[in-house]
Amino acid sequence: MNSSGERPVVDVAFQGGGAISAAEKVDRAKVLKRLRFGDDAFRHLTRAAAIAVLVILSGIIFSLVYGSLPAIQKFGIGFLFDESWNPVTEKFGAIAPIYGTVLTSLIAMLIAVPIGLFIALFLTELCPMWLGRPIGIAVELLAGIPSIIYGIWGLFVFAPFLQQYVQPFLISAFGNVPVLSNLFAGPPYGIGILTAGLILAIMVLPFITSISRDVFDAVPPMLKESAYGLGCTTWEVARYVVLPFTRVGVIGGVMLALGRALGETMAVTFVIGNAHRISGSILAPGTTISATIANEFTEAVGDIYTSSLILIGLILFVITFIVLAFARLMLMRLNARLGK
Amino acid sequence: MATLASGASSPLYAKRRRKNVVTMAMAYAATGFGLSWLALILGVLFWEGFSGLSLRVFTEMTPPPGASGGLLNPIIGSLVMTFLAVLIGTPLGVLAGTYLAEYGRYDRLSSVVRFINDILLSAPSIVIGLFIYELMVAQMGHFSGWAGAVALAVIVVPVVVRTTEDMLTLVPDTLREAAASVGLPRSLMIQKVAYRAARAGMITGVLLAIARISGETAPLLFTALNNQFWTNNMNAPVSSLPVVIFQFALSPYKDWQELAWTGALIITMAVLALSITARFLGGERKKS
Repeated sequence: MNSSGERPVVDVAFQGGGAISAAEKVDRAKVLKRLRFGDDAFRHLTRAAAIAVLVILSGIIFSLVYGSLPAIQKFGIGFLFDESWNPVTEKFGAIAPIYGTVLTSLIAMLIAVPIGLFIALFLTELCPMWLGRPIGIAVELLAGIPSIIYGIWGLFVFAPFLQQYVQPFLISAFGNVPVLSNLFAGPPYGIGILTAGLILAIMVLPFITSISRDVFDAVPPMLKESAYGLGCTTWEVARYVVLPFTRVGVIGGVMLALGRALGETMAVTFVIGNAHRISGSILAPGTTISATIANEFTEAVGDIYTSSLILIGLILFVITFIVLAFARLMLMRLNARLGK
Repeated sequence: MATLASGASSPLYAKRRRKNVVTMAMAYAATGFGLSWLALILGVLFWEGFSGLSLRVFTEMTPPPGASGGLLNPIIGSLVMTFLAVLIGTPLGVLAGTYLAEYGRYDRLSSVVRFINDILLSAPSIVIGLFIYELMVAQMGHFSGWAGAVALAVIVVPVVVRTTEDMLTLVPDTLREAAASVGLPRSLMIQKVAYRAARAGMITGVLLAIARISGETAPLLFTALNNQFWTNNMNAPVSSLPVVIFQFALSPYKDWQELAWTGALIITMAVLALSITARFLGGERKKS
């Protein structure tokens, strides 16, 4: 501590209180009582703040459940499996947005996880020190860029590019392959499930990279050096030493990224197309839970419509809560193993 | 290992080397691939955003379609709501973090709060928007800047709790013991000793929280809504930069889209500046 200045710290108790000036005759018992009171007050204050965090969470759950009660009462459990979404007849179901949410996140993970792990491998094992730090910092800065930036880029640059070059190619290349022809059917809209998945992949990539790099860095050098000493190649060290050692951490990091992808709103809303139907083709427009809420909530008229939107919000919260809780448990297990 | 005896030319050794070369090439390729996408996004953003950047952007209100204008009211709206959110969220977050690190480091309540806080840290922000809508907008009967600020504050809290706890945990116990040994009560020890030692890190946390909320769109969509005009009434709908970008980018008007790009550039620059400052202040901070 370099800031303990002019006077001994103990005097703080007598001079710092404000009400008690040094000139006054100090009544020791009184001062001690004041201090005890202040001490208790501060402790209770911090405890209340900690409990407030729990209150926020229960507030979220309570308000979502309260807001979605009309829809729950009207549709019951069937809401989960109903594909219709019709504001005119007030008939709503959640399966189309759930399907879109899960599918876009799945596409994102399939692409971003291997690439992210390979980049982390590059950063921890291959890259020279002088290059590793700037790339690491760049990746972390990019992880902080707001998602609306990815959205606007997706809408104006990426979707037209896909529409013009990539999607016609996919359609013609897989047109005659049995299963894939359904997956890549339909006209090239540009926007749709695939585009949203790809944007999400680009968005969570820095996130996965940064977490797995931290996790890979936590492997004790001794373990790696022993493997190298036995004559292992870099790949064998990564595959048979680093990855098994960090498995829970990597799974935790991936789940954390999945939680982000599932709940991501702006990057998806721009390019998903907001169509409430389930189409076999991933080129077709679809919707996700968050995109539906973002697009329709302010324009929703009527209790049932609003309440249905809140209900799918509740479903999204439950899904992400489970995924994130699982992620945290995994990361906690890794930390316990490292003795932190 | 048989390969050692048979030397470097054995087929097994060659196979292992081939595999290594292939996978390492993939690692290089993945890095190049990943970084080039991100460079591309930033490149386009700067290209599109800079062309529209002028003094007008900072001095004029958002225009109706077809007219010229700037982004003054959303910029001010964002600044005010961010400021209020930090004002509400920081004390709460610092106090909760203090409890986790100082009073209840090992108790049951802390481990629950820590777990819940980590989940709130990555909870979908649109759900937080719905929460504040139910809590404030539905109760008051109208959208308001206050609701937007509170929604952002809910996002600030977990970030500040996390960094405060991490930074206070790093303060050596000997400092606390020294303070206690001269008779300093615990609350004063925390305020006068621990906070000072952890100050840089705690400020970093607040900066990171600001960076986080300055680009948040989803929680503002149906709390603060949007406002085409200047307002200094926080009880009315207030426009914010991200929401205006969202609205303008999806509009069919060319000049609105151009303003959206410019706004996106401004937000990105602000966020990058904040996170660089935070890094600089906090040094090598361990992330979650």
